[in-house]
Amino acid sequence: MRLCMSIEVVGEVPVSSYGELGLGHDILVGMLRDMLLIRRFEERVERLFLEGKLIGPSHLYLGQEAVAVGVMRAIRRDDPVVSTYRGHGHALARGVPPRAVMAELFGKAAGTCKGVGGSMHVAMSVEHNIPMATAIVGSGIPIGAGIGLALKYRGEDRIAVVFFGDGAANTGAFAEGLNLAAAWKLPVLFICENNQYSEFTPIRSVFAGESIAARASAYGLKTFQAFGNDVITVYKTAKIASEHVRGGGGPAFIEFQTYRMKGHGVYDTAWYRPKEEVEEWMKREPISLFTSKLKQAGVIDDGKLREIEEEIKEIIDEAVEEAEKSPYLPFQELYNLVYVEG
Amino acid sequence: MRELSFAEALNEALREEMRRDDSVIIFGEDVAKPGGVYKVTKGLLEEFGPERVRDTPISEAAIVGAAVGAALMGLRPVAEIMYMDFLTIGLDQLVTHAAKARFMSGGQVKLPMVVRCQYSLGRVHGSQHSQFFPSWFLQAPGLKVVLPGTPRDAKGLLKSAIRDDNPVLFVESGVLYHRMKGPVPEEEYLVPLGKADVKRRGDDVTVVAVSRTVREALAAAEKLEEEGVSVEVVDLMTIQPMDKEAIVESVKKTNRLVIADDSVKTGGISAEVAAMVVEEAFDYLDAPPVRVNSPTLPVPFSPPLEREYMVDSEKIADAVRRLVK
Repeated sequence: MRLCMSIEVVGEVPVSSYGELGLGHDILVGMLRDMLLIRRFEERVERLFLEGKLIGPSHLYLGQEAVAVGVMRAIRRDDPVVSTYRGHGHALARGVPPRAVMAELFGKAAGTCKGVGGSMHVAMSVEHNIPMATAIVGSGIPIGAGIGLALKYRGEDRIAVVFFGDGAANTGAFAEGLNLAAAWKLPVLFICENNQYSEFTPIRSVFAGESIAARASAYGLKTFQAFGNDVITVYKTAKIASEHVRGGGGPAFIEFQTYRMKGHGVYDTAWYRPKEEVEEWMKREPISLFTSKLKQAGVIDDGKLREIEEEIKEIIDEAVEEAEKSPYLPFQELYNLVYVEG
Repeated sequence: MRELSFAEALNEALREEMRRDDSVIIFGEDVAKPGGVYKVTKGLLEEFGPERVRDTPISEAAIVGAAVGAALMGLRPVAEIMYMDFLTIGLDQLVTHAAKARFMSGGQVKLPMVVRCQYSLGRVHGSQHSQFFPSWFLQAPGLKVVLPGTPRDAKGLLKSAIRDDNPVLFVESGVLYHRMKGPVPEEEYLVPLGKADVKRRGDDVTVVAVSRTVREALAAAEKLEEEGVSVEVVDLMTIQPMDKEAIVESVKKTNRLVIADDSVKTGGISAEVAAMVVEEAFDYLDAPPVRVNSPTLPVPFSPPLEREYMVDSEKIADAVRRLVK
């Protein structure tokens, strides 16, 4: 018996091919800068939590920076995105101002969601075409299908882009949403960030079958697999997949292999992960990987890197300072957020 | 005035709103080619085409979730869930997404969507096809919950629900679809959401009813009039947000309250109405409010057992009689 599953595996892009992708030096440096912004932002957030200045659940994007940055660069800024509770990186990569993201984490009125949403919904920014960030695993998938339905109905050339993790592949919403998108040939690009752990449980221990990608393929989606820690490979894969979707080919699905640098949430030490496994992945963590490639290609040097780091530090310092001193939403205002009046 | 069945009135509402606004689309199980298992969407595919009237897979989470997504993009989807029982599979999307999206985004988004469903209590459909649980959604601020009790209201309320910028759960009584006919104006009209309607004026007792029990309450009022008891029937129509003023105003006049609805008694719609009236108009009550509900049991299949399980005009009349004794 022959296995008919068709999954396109996109190999790691060598530095010598960057030019073929139309990625000039400015774009490459910009991508590294976006990844570093997320990295330093999340490190600061972690510190603020450990200092007790921030409280509540928060799921850091550390280690997955290449996925958000690569995908956001490959799609259009007007493509609506569905994010998740691990969404700080999606927001920053989309260009949501760090001060608005930080203010939301502080629960302040200047936040993206006026402090009402918090970390798990911080990415919601209509201005930046992120109309939903869901805190329920898998639930963004049918919503993304609905966004695609609206875009298709209106005859727009925009596509919906939905982010979720490996855990989502075991939900009913995954099955129902992917099937609906495929049956109706909706313009949706599904991005699975397989960071190997569903909360504290290794995905492999609660997942049978060949792969998450194989499931998507079985539902009839054009499916890709790629290494998610290499930002240019992510970019290339998302570019191919988004062109397929935008061209009217129906929905596409990408499974990116990546790795959480830290625990599920900010307080989780991830003690349950084997040391060897962590070390293996750290050798391939996205920022040092991309930095060394850019250095090797002569695109960046230590001086430029320092400059970027300083710029980012200033942005984050300001974001924290502003967030700390800005006001909370008056409680009474909450009543105006429940229903649209009139 | 011409008379239409409940199903025909709903069909007209959908047809008129789809003609009026091309952002209105419909999808659900068997709604397109079959015209809905209860014919509520009959003929819509033929008039509006397959892009606007779609048959879905049996995937309630995807149906409600797709409505959320489409509404986020500015369409006005009307999603049909064939039986209220099946809605539980889509509850995450309805309660945790549709009802919360505006709030948790700090007011950035709006979701002009309607989820229609029907409950089949009274049609011997057994425990898993007869449930009535709109009171659950009283715990989901952000949703509007609408339950028409007459063909006229069904049409006017559905039109208002489609035009509303908030997510609306629209619960129909399946037993009324083809068994209840009533006057429906031919000219354009809307029935506002969030307002109750006094269906019958009276002085001695207020009976608050909703959906299927409105007809039962009116029948009880007829009988009681012959016995010399004057009953005012208030049809809630929208249970969330609830028209507290209309209820309280009626109770201030009659000083006695019976609430009749198809929920099981514990934690039902009646429970909320009773608590609200006790809180807001205790001094006007001459007696404790009385609830007429289904017993706190799942719905049995056996036809005589189901009949006994259900609220009817006789049970409502008995409750009123006890109050005025």
